[in-house]
Amino acid sequence: MSVRLADLTDADVAAERARFPGAFERSGEERLKNWLAWGLGAALTVYCLYRFEFFSATFLLGISKFGQVVVSRLFPPTGYENLPLFIKVMGETIAMAFLGTLLGAMLAFPLSFIASKNITRSRPLQFGTRRFADLLRSFDYLIWALIFVRAIGLGPLAGIMAIAIVETGTFIKLYSEAIENLDRKQIDGVTSAGGNGLHRIWFGVLPQVLPMMLSNTLYMFEHNVRSASILGIVGAGGIGFLLADRLRAYELQEACLIIILVVLTVYAIDYLSTLLRERLIGDRARREPVDDAKQV
Amino acid sequence: MTISDAALGAASGEREAAARFEQQYAAYRRSKAIYNTMFWVAFIGCVVAAAITAKFDVWTLIQGLPRTTEFLVRMVPPIGLSTFAADIQEWYWGIGKWLDSLLNTLLMAYLATVLGTLIGGAMSFLAARNLAPNYLTYWLVRRSLEVARTVPDIVWALMFVMAFGIGPLPGVLAITVHTIGAQGKLFAEVNENISPLPPDGIRSAGGNWLHEIRFGVIPQVMPNYMSYSFWRIELNVRSATIVGFVGAGGIGHDLFTSIQLLYFADAGAILLIVVATVMIIDMLSEKFRHSAIGKASFSH
Repeated sequence: MSVRLADLTDADVAAERARFPGAFERSGEERLKNWLAWGLGAALTVYCLYRFEFFSATFLLGISKFGQVVVSRLFPPTGYENLPLFIKVMGETIAMAFLGTLLGAMLAFPLSFIASKNITRSRPLQFGTRRFADLLRSFDYLIWALIFVRAIGLGPLAGIMAIAIVETGTFIKLYSEAIENLDRKQIDGVTSAGGNGLHRIWFGVLPQVLPMMLSNTLYMFEHNVRSASILGIVGAGGIGFLLADRLRAYELQEACLIIILVVLTVYAIDYLSTLLRERLIGDRARREPVDDAKQV
Repeated sequence: MTISDAALGAASGEREAAARFEQQYAAYRRSKAIYNTMFWVAFIGCVVAAAITAKFDVWTLIQGLPRTTEFLVRMVPPIGLSTFAADIQEWYWGIGKWLDSLLNTLLMAYLATVLGTLIGGAMSFLAARNLAPNYLTYWLVRRSLEVARTVPDIVWALMFVMAFGIGPLPGVLAITVHTIGAQGKLFAEVNENISPLPPDGIRSAGGNWLHEIRFGVIPQVMPNYMSYSFWRIELNVRSATIVGFVGAGGIGHDLFTSIQLLYFADAGAILLIVVATVMIIDMLSEKFRHSAIGKASFSH
């Protein structure tokens, strides 16, 4: 005998509600907590809006100025006579990203083995290397660029070093995670056949982790083309310098052309790099390093 | 005699098979070697081309690196054990000002995340293939989100500073625009992966588009949204520390000035504050993220 929906009376529903209050609605305490959290968040938002002058004439004036002085004067893009120069500097930007990523990968490769729990037996050494990597990563590219520009002068070299340093940190983290996730059996196989430490890494570890490392490296290269295109704002070479220069001189239409060029290049690089990743390592190319979504 | 003939024949057959294998294997090795050589030649060509284009000069680098180290060393002033408190106090002479900038930075990141998530979240329903009312809306919203996130936030900051003047307001707007683009895209992907059954049910019960979204979609996607939002706070705190380089407020402004004026100790003090903040925010946000995902796996 089954209960049909039509047979249920309001009284039945009320009885069930009394028996299982949690199934019908959340408890009062839970709701109160929820409301408090959302309320506090909303209050903080309103306070911030007030603090940063969203409720003032400054804001309205700025919006109208942004429309009139910036947006409306961006189009149509002009300065096509400078296009060869822009393309050349864009090439420099890509070269900066390439060399920075490569240097970072080369520095990080040996260190990532030290930073892996299953390779390095000394816990302090392994932990210290990881924290060192975190330290390198926690400064933004622009901060490193600013430091390198003061130390080695204006130009792309400062940008390359900035990218290389941040990427060393990122790659130590990504590579050592790949190394820690590898299959133990292949290493045991090499050991049982009489291989030493170097043999274990060469024949047991590398064949497993290289595809992952390559994919991560290419992915960060894509990301670094974006980063390299803004490093010029602090004088570290690349297209960012021209862009900031044109913007500050109110030559907005030319700036617009540069922005379009940057966006197109970034798309092209993303497309090529995805193709290459799929060719190099097949399906695994689609497993992107989710942790590092600075990209979006 | 016949047997040995047969044996001979079999042996020669095996030999032929072995020879064929050797041949094919050698051919395979050759093609692999050619492929590898081509790869390395192309790769080294790329390195050389890049080094020339970017004027990579090892000599300048070798000269510059000691200066960088010296720079970094001078960021920490001498601190004696006996005069520890006094030295720290002298190093952090501007602590009040810097903490104020830091508060501004954090609030900028918070506000930009909230505004960007609200606006980007609303737009994500129009940018999801399965939910958008029509294709034109979908296409337009998708392209605008792409523009918003492909243009780097510091470039948005430059443009907003031109209109709003120097201060935190243009910084908030710049990070907000970038966040709209990023959240809109990520949320739209979450929306595209939902089960169509709940919104279908609501439509069949007579609900309109808004009802479908509110009661059919949001309960499915909320945990992912929360997780992405905490993660976005992390990224936006980083952004908020650098938009100050172009005058858009926050602690980046203090950092930029101190490095430009070669006040090494100040720069070091501010950098330490920035690193500590970024690390603490990362830790907190990771905790919240895990709790948000944890809820997701139990509530359905």
